[in-house]
Amino acid sequence: MKNKKLKLFTIPYAAWMLFFVIIPIFIIGYYGVTDSNGNFTLANIFSITQYEHYKSLFLAIYLAIICTVICLLIAYPLALILRKLDPKLSGTLIFIFLLPMWMNMLLRTLAWQILLERKGVINALLTMAHLPTLNIINTNAAVVLGMVYDFLPFMVMPVFNSLSKIDDSVIDAASDLGAKYHTVLFRIIIPLSIPGIVSGITMVFIPALTTFVISNILGGGRILLIGGLIEQEFMHASNWNLGSGLSIFLILFVFVFIAISMFFDDEEELA
Amino acid sequence: MGKNLIELNHISKIFDGEQVIDDLNLSIKENSFVTLLGPSGCGKTTTLRIIAGFIRPDKGNVIFDGVDITDLPPNERQLNTVFQKYALFPHMNVRDNIAFGLNIKKKSKSYIDDKIKYALKLVNLDGYEKRNVESLSGGQQQRIAIARAIVNEPKVLLLDEPLAALDLKLRQEMQYELKKLKNELGITFIYVTHDQEEALTMSDTVVVMNQGYIQQLGTPEQIYNEPENAFVATFIGDSNIVHGVMLEDYLVEIFGSPFKCIDSGFGKRQPVDVVIRPEDVDIVDINSDKAILKGKMIGAIFKGEMYEMECRTNDGFEWLIHSTDLVEPGKEVGIFVEPENIQIMNKPASEDEEAVEVLAELNEE
Amino acid sequence: MKKRFSIIEIIKKFYLFIVLLFLYMPIITMVVLSFNSSKSRAKWGGFSFAWYKAMIEDRYIMGALYNTLLIALISSIAATIIGLIASIGIYNLKKIPKSIFMSVTNIPMVNADIVTGISLMMFFVAFGISLGFNTILLSHITFSIPYVILAILPKFRDMKQNIVDAALDLGATPVQAFFKVVIPEIMPGIVSGFLIAFTMSLDDFIITYFTKGAGMHTISTLVYSQTKRGINPSMYALSSVIFGSVLLILVISNFVSRAKEEV
Repeated sequence: MKNKKLKLFTIPYAAWMLFFVIIPIFIIGYYGVTDSNGNFTLANIFSITQYEHYKSLFLAIYLAIICTVICLLIAYPLALILRKLDPKLSGTLIFIFLLPMWMNMLLRTLAWQILLERKGVINALLTMAHLPTLNIINTNAAVVLGMVYDFLPFMVMPVFNSLSKIDDSVIDAASDLGAKYHTVLFRIIIPLSIPGIVSGITMVFIPALTTFVISNILGGGRILLIGGLIEQEFMHASNWNLGSGLSIFLILFVFVFIAISMFFDDEEELA
Repeated sequence: MGKNLIELNHISKIFDGEQVIDDLNLSIKENSFVTLLGPSGCGKTTTLRIIAGFIRPDKGNVIFDGVDITDLPPNERQLNTVFQKYALFPHMNVRDNIAFGLNIKKKSKSYIDDKIKYALKLVNLDGYEKRNVESLSGGQQQRIAIARAIVNEPKVLLLDEPLAALDLKLRQEMQYELKKLKNELGITFIYVTHDQEEALTMSDTVVVMNQGYIQQLGTPEQIYNEPENAFVATFIGDSNIVHGVMLEDYLVEIFGSPFKCIDSGFGKRQPVDVVIRPEDVDIVDINSDKAILKGKMIGAIFKGEMYEMECRTNDGFEWLIHSTDLVEPGKEVGIFVEPENIQIMNKPASEDEEAVEVLAELNEE
Repeated sequence: MKKRFSIIEIIKKFYLFIVLLFLYMPIITMVVLSFNSSKSRAKWGGFSFAWYKAMIEDRYIMGALYNTLLIALISSIAATIIGLIASIGIYNLKKIPKSIFMSVTNIPMVNADIVTGISLMMFFVAFGISLGFNTILLSHITFSIPYVILAILPKFRDMKQNIVDAALDLGATPVQAFFKVVIPEIMPGIVSGFLIAFTMSLDDFIITYFTKGAGMHTISTLVYSQTKRGINPSMYALSSVIFGSVLLILVISNFVSRAKEEV
C-alpha cells in the first residue's frame, strides 16, 4: 500500500478541511477583530472585561472544573473495578456503562429536568416517602449534575482504555517488591494511566466549559455560561462581532488543551 | 545442603473448573537452584505464583523458613520475582526501577545508591542509572529486572521464564550468567521454564511437571539418564521408548531378543517400558555377536555435531540413533545397547499415558 | 483476611450499582412516563400507548425524524468515502506532512461544538449559501470525517505490507489488489467509522442548531425548541423509541462482532 502517487488522495480531504474547518475559523477571527462596519477594533475581545461577560466565563470555568473533577472521581474507581473483572464480563459491563451515551444528549438532559423539577419525579418519590424535597433545579448544582451525567462516558472510556493497557505483571512486580495497594495505585497505576486521564479531562472539560444546552435546560435561564452568552449574541442579539470576539477565548482554551494532550501523546508513543 | 527453606504441602488449585495443580508436595532446600520444568499448562507458573503470593491455593499451605505464609500478601514475603516479560515500570528510569523496593522500605539515599551501583555492576550494566528502560534491549531489560529484584536481598529469587523472550545466543550467555550470579549471591533460585536445555544446564534440582503433578524430581543427570516414566523420557531429550518384558533380574526382552540391563526387582515376565537414548544405540556389523536386533538403515541427516539416523529393525520399529559416524542408508546392520544405557520403567499409570499423548500432539505441531 | 476480602467485593458491586442507577434513572423515567396516560410528570395515571399514537400522528415529530435519519445516512456515507480516500493518502505521507494532516484532523474533534457551529454558520452566510438541509449535511460530513479517519488509519498501519505484494505477485493489478485484499482487510475500520459517523450525526444538536436556518428541524432541535414552551409527552415516547432502537442496533452489532471473533 506504499506508493508515492497515493499521496494525491489527500487532496480532496485537504480541500474539504480548508473550506469547512480552517477558513471558518479565520472568519471567526475576522469578525472578532472588526465592528459591524468592518472596521478594525479590539472592543469585542476586550468586552470580556465587562462584569456580565467575565462572570459567565469564570462561572463556566468553575463549573467545568467541578464537573471534570467529579467525573474523574467517579470514573477512575469504576475503571479500576472494571479492569479487574475478567475480559468477557468487563466488555459487557463497559457496553452497559457507555450505552446511555448513544442516547440523544438533548433527550438525556431533558430527562434530568423532569427528574429534578420542583414537582418532578424525584420530589414526588421523596414526598411519598415523607422525606424533605430536593430543590436544586435552576441552580449551579443542577447544571453540574447534568454536565457530569452527559460527559461521564467521555471520562470512563479513555481512563478504562489506559488502565487496561497496563500489564498485570507490572502491578505484580510492584507488590512483589513490597508495595502495599495504595503505593501500587499512586506510584504505578495512576502514573501509567496519565495519558488516559489527560484525554478524559480534555474530552470532559471542553464540552462542559462551552455548553449552553445544559445550563439553559437545567439552569432555567438564570445561569449564564460563556457558551450561553455566545449563543445569545448569535441567535438572539445578532451581534456576530461580539459573539466572535468572545469565542476567541474558547478557541484559546482549546488550543491549550490540544497542546497539552499532544505533549502526553508524544510521551505515550515513546512508551 | 542446608535445611528446607520452602515447603509446599498438599497444594491444589482449580481455575475455571480445571485442576491446574493437584495435591502437590515439594520441598526446596536453602541455596539450591531448583527448576520447575514442563510444557505450557503443566502448572509450573501457577506453582511459582503461589510461592510468590499472587495466587492463593484452594487447598494446602506454603511454609517459608518454618512459618506458614499461605495467607501473606506478596508485598510482605521475603522473596522477589523476575517476570517473564521483565515487567519494568515504563514510566521510571533504570535507577528508579531498581530503587523501587528499597524506597518502599524507606532505606537511606546513600544505602540505595550503593545498592544500585553494586547491583548494576553485578549484571554488567554499570553507569546505566539514568537510562530510560524503554530504550534498552531485551537482554538489558532482563538484567535490570534481575537487579531490581536482588537489591532487596531476598532469600529466594523466583524466575518466571526469564529468558523466553531473548534470542538463542543471548539465552545461552544468560544461562551462564545466571548460574554465576546464583553462586555470588548465595541465595535460592526457583526457576520456571519449558526449555529442557535451560533446566539441565543451570539447576541443581529439576522438577518435571505435567498436568498439575510432579512427574520426577532429581538432579539433571538423574532426570536425563534415569527418567522415571515415559513422559519424562519423551520431554527431556530424544529417546526410543519400546515395549519390553522383564525375563529375570538384569535381563529384559525387547522385540523377542534378550538384552542385558542393570535393573532388578521387577516381577518375572512383567511388562515394562524401556528407554534408550539415541546416542546409546550402537550400530554394529550385522554378523557380529553383538548384533542383538537386525535391521536396515533408512535415513540420515547431518546435524552439525552428529548424524541423526534411523534404522528399521525386522520387527518394524524405527530406532532413532545419534552418532558421529555416518552409516549410509540402505545398509543392513545390527543393533546393540550397553546394559547401563538401558533404562527400565514401570508401565505408566493412565494419567501419564494421557500426558504422553498430549506431548505427541505438541510435537506434531 | 477472607472476610475483609468479601466486604471489598460488596463495596465494589454496590459502587457499580450506584453508578448504573445514576446513568439509567433518567432513561427509565422517560420510558415509564411514555406509558403514563396522565400528562402530569409526578402522577401515574395508568398504562397507555396514547403518546406513541400521538407521536406517530404528529407531523412535526415525524418530519424531524425523517430529516434526522436522512441527514445521518447521507452524511455518514459521504464522510466514510471521503475519510477512506483521505486515509489512503495520509498513510502514504511522510512524517511531517502526516503530522500536519493529523493536527488539522484533530481540530473539529477537540474544538468546542459551539465554535464549530458558529464558524460554519458564518462561513455559509459569507459565501451566500442559504441555511437549511444542505448546510446541516455539509456540517455533519465535516465533523464526521475525522472520526472515520481515526477508525480507518490504524487498520492500514496494522495491515501487513506484504499482502499487497503477494496479491501483485499473483497477478492482480493494483486496483484489483486494493478491492480484493486491502478493502476486506480494513473493513472493520470502515464499518466502525461509518457507525461512529452515523451516531455522531444522530446525536448532534449544537452544530445543527447553528447551521439549520429557520423552519428546519431535526429531533434534537425540535426537543430544544420544546424545552422552552413545555414538553409534549409524545417526546417521551420518541425518546423511548430512540433508546430502544439504539439498544437494539448496538446489541445486534455487538453479537455480530463477537460471533465473528469466535469463528
